[in-house]
This record gives sequence, C-alpha cells and structure tokens, in this order.
Amino acid sequence: MIEFHNVSKRYPNGYEALTGVTLQVDEAEMVFLTGHSGAGKSTLMKLIMLIERPSQGQVVIGGRNLNRLRSGQIPFHRRQVGVVFQNHQLLFDRSVFDNVALPLQIAGVHQREVGRRVRAALDKVGLLERERVNPITLSGGEQQRVGIARAVVNKPPVLLADEPTGNLDPNLSSDIMQLFREFNQVGVTVLIASHDWSLIRSMGARVLTLEQGQLVHDGVLVQGEVPA
Amino acid sequence: MNRDPVARGARHSRIGFADHWQAWHQHHRASALDSFGRLADTPLQTLMTALVVAIALALPATLLLALGNVQRVGERWDSSPKITVFLKLGSQETAINGFRDTLQGMPEIEELEYISPEQALQSFQSQSGFSEALTALENNPLPPTLVVTPAPAMSAPAQLDALRQRIAGDALVDDVSLDMDWVRRLNAIMTLGKQLVMGLAGLLGLGVLLVIGNTIRLEIESRREEIVVIKLVGGTDGFVRRPFLYTGFWYGVIGGLLSCLLVSVGVASLGGPVRTLAATYQDTFVLHGLGFVGCVALVICCIALGLLGAWLAVGRHLSAIEPR
Repeated sequence: MIEFHNVSKRYPNGYEALTGVTLQVDEAEMVFLTGHSGAGKSTLMKLIMLIERPSQGQVVIGGRNLNRLRSGQIPFHRRQVGVVFQNHQLLFDRSVFDNVALPLQIAGVHQREVGRRVRAALDKVGLLERERVNPITLSGGEQQRVGIARAVVNKPPVLLADEPTGNLDPNLSSDIMQLFREFNQVGVTVLIASHDWSLIRSMGARVLTLEQGQLVHDGVLVQGEVPA
Repeated sequence: MNRDPVARGARHSRIGFADHWQAWHQHHRASALDSFGRLADTPLQTLMTALVVAIALALPATLLLALGNVQRVGERWDSSPKITVFLKLGSQETAINGFRDTLQGMPEIEELEYISPEQALQSFQSQSGFSEALTALENNPLPPTLVVTPAPAMSAPAQLDALRQRIAGDALVDDVSLDMDWVRRLNAIMTLGKQLVMGLAGLLGLGVLLVIGNTIRLEIESRREEIVVIKLVGGTDGFVRRPFLYTGFWYGVIGGLLSCLLVSVGVASLGGPVRTLAATYQDTFVLHGLGFVGCVALVICCIALGLLGAWLAVGRHLSAIEPR
C-alpha cells in the first residue's frame, strides 16, 4: 500500500531530510515510525500526503506513483489518505460535527449520507454526544479523537498519524492506540509516527526507525530493545 | 501491490455523478449563504466597501445618464437640419407662389413650409411677449419666410451647402440660413463626453477591482488556517476559492443596488428643477432615470467587477497558502 523506492528529500537550503529510503508497507498493515526529532519522520509523512515532493526516487501509494500526479490531482490523492495531526488541526469557528463533516463535503457526499457517517465516526471515537459543541471547549484527548474521527470519516484506505499521543497521558494514549488498532483490523493501512517506546512495544507491531534521514531498523521490537 | 485501490469496493467509499452534482450545488448554496452571513456579521465594514463600489459606479452612470438626456434635448429640438429662407420684403404673392412651386418640384426637398409676414407677426405676438411693442409698429417688419426640410438623403454638409447656395441664387431671396452647426457641435461634444465618461468609468472600475481585491485578500489572510485544513483533507482549489468568489459577488450585488439607489435619488431630486426649466422653453421635457434595464445593467456591472476583483485576489493569494 505504501512503497518508497530509494527516496531522498533535500530541501532548498541544502538540508537532506531523507537519504535513499526504501520501504514497503502492505495493505491492512499497522506500522510505527520512530526516530529522534529531525530524523525525517515528518518529511516521510509529508511525502505520502504530497505536501512535499521527493528530490529523488519514487513514492507509490495504493499502486499510484505520486511522481506522476499533477498538482490538480493532489486533492484527490489526499482524500485517499486520512491524517491525524499532532496539533489536531481543528477549526474552532465551527462545531465538532462540522469539523468531522468537512472531508465528506469536500468529497461530494450526499447531505443525508453526511450526517449518518459523521455520527458513525463520532460514535467510534466516543464523542457522539459532543457533536454540537465547539472543539475549543474539549480537552486535548477529546480534540485528538475529533481529529481521528475526521481522518477516518471518509473511509480512506491509508491512515497516517503524526505523534498522535504526543501530549496525552498514558491512559489516554493507550485508548487512542486501541482506536488505531480497531481501524487496522477492518483493513485500513495505518502508519503512526511516535517515539513513545513503551507504547510501541506494547502494540507488538512492526517498527521502522529513521536516523538522520536513513532507515536503520525494520521489524518488531523485542522486549527491552530500544532502536537507535 | 498491483491492485487498483478503487477496485477493492466495499470498504472504499464511491460517489456517483448525481451525488457529486448535488454536493456541488449544496456547497454553492452553503458558500453563498456563509459568505453573506460573514458580510452581515460586520455590517459597517461591508457597507463601507459596498459604498465605495456604489459611488465609483454611480458617478459614470450619472454622467452617462446626463449625456443621454442632453442628447434627447438635441433630438427633440432639431435632429434634421432645416434651411430657413428669408424672402425680400414686399415680394409679390404671385412671385412667391411661383418660387414655392419651383422648390416643391426639386427632389432634394422633402417638405416646404410657407410663413407669411402676417402669420409670423401673429406667432411673434403670441409667444415672445413683445405684443405691445409690435402693435406700435406701423408696418409689418417681418419678411415672408420659407422653411425648407431637405430630403433625408441630403445629410452630408457639402450637399446641404450646395442646396443652400442654389436657393440663395434666386432673385426673390434675401438671405438663407442653414441652421445645423449647433447640432453638429452638440453631437461632437456628446461623442467627446461619452469617451471621457468611458475613460473615467474605466479608471473607477479599476479602483473597484483594487478595493474588492484588497478586501478579499484580508479575508483570505484571516481564514488561512481554514484554507490549510481544507487543502490537507483534499479540498480542490475550486472548493477553497468558492466562498471568496461569493464574497466578491455579494459586494457587487450590494454595491450595485446602492449605486442604483444613489443615481435614482439624484434623478428624483433634479426632476423638479428640470421640469421648471423646460417649462420656460414651452417644453414638457422630463428627465429620464436609469429605468429597469439600466438598473439591471448597473448591478450586473458591479457583480462582474466584484467577481473579477475576488478572482484576481484569490488567484494571487491562495496559491501562497499551502500546508507545511
């Protein structure tokens, strides 16, 4: 589902964020992406979302080579990739419902279908009774769950999460991880950037570790192991 | 990984054409309402921007209207030139009749009107207010007069001048006056005036574009976060652009209606004085306003400017806002 072939990303200021990264994530797989800040996790995610283009190499998502996508096709690609952001990226000028409904409105889903799907997504993250409130009144954990509902409401085949538990306490973090696991179990390919080792180990999932822009580890972590 | 992601069916959501159309329609309506709501939230600022649009277009509209009315005055008074032929005082009735028959037979002449000295005196007495002074005169000082209307084909000044000279050649004729210079001058002034107004309208239109463009630019800045999120979750440029274009559209509508109101108030307040002025010329001239068609045209102009200004601002500033 996600393939990188010898991908490098060099920014205009000369900084090389990724160097010759090759990896493959299969459909319906759940993978963690770790590494210190600045190791290239965010850049890798931006390449998948087409916020950035690789300087070299190929990124293929769901069989589509992103290098061949024209800029006019980028929005349609992004609808296939749900993203959960560390800073939530919620809009505080509208209700929780309207935040979650945004991807459906953009994709052109029928109005009567929007309500049903938004409520299903909010129900999934346990916020069904908060649909009318403004997200600014919610706690950090709740805001994160609204962000997750928005990322999955359009049923994308790929789900990315950038430090989704960054600011949450351990209990909330494991709740959130459980949500991702549930999406993964219904066939969504999930890629989570995180450096919460204990949480990652507890999930027992495959781990990709980046260090200075290079892939240095790929596999399941054994007990007590800390990559890099 | 060679499978087509779309072919996986069940879990992947698929959206038909009818749904797309419905959603597109829905978003247009929502954008239009939302944009209008945002304008209504800041009524004073909206009104000021709309007033700039209104005044900028009311000015050339008023000038064009004034020119149109002046042209109508010209047409009312005399659109086709007439040749006034003053015959010598004391000309014999039979000689005059003979001369009239000759002129009537000429193909260059459409119509001939004879005003005898007695008729001239009568109309002079009734109209000019000199009745007492005129009765004091022993002899009628007015000459017999012929008013010649040239055939419609005789529109070129050279042709008219030739006709004037032919008539002037007759022994009965004292003087010939070809009364068309002022019509020509008026028309020339009107053409010049129209060009000046068009130039002015162009400049003011450019001003409107800049004002609306700047207003939309500020609006885009204040909604930067929203634009980024929309782009992140797959909104097309058209989707992002739509509410801003509607903002421009509404500025056009409000500005256009205000503009019509300004012009109408101006026409209404001038209507009385113009009627009074016309009455002193024994005329029933009435000032023409914009009318329904004029109002619609003015509003359409404003909407077009609003949309264009918004389009330019959006094209210029939206591409600069991309997710990082």
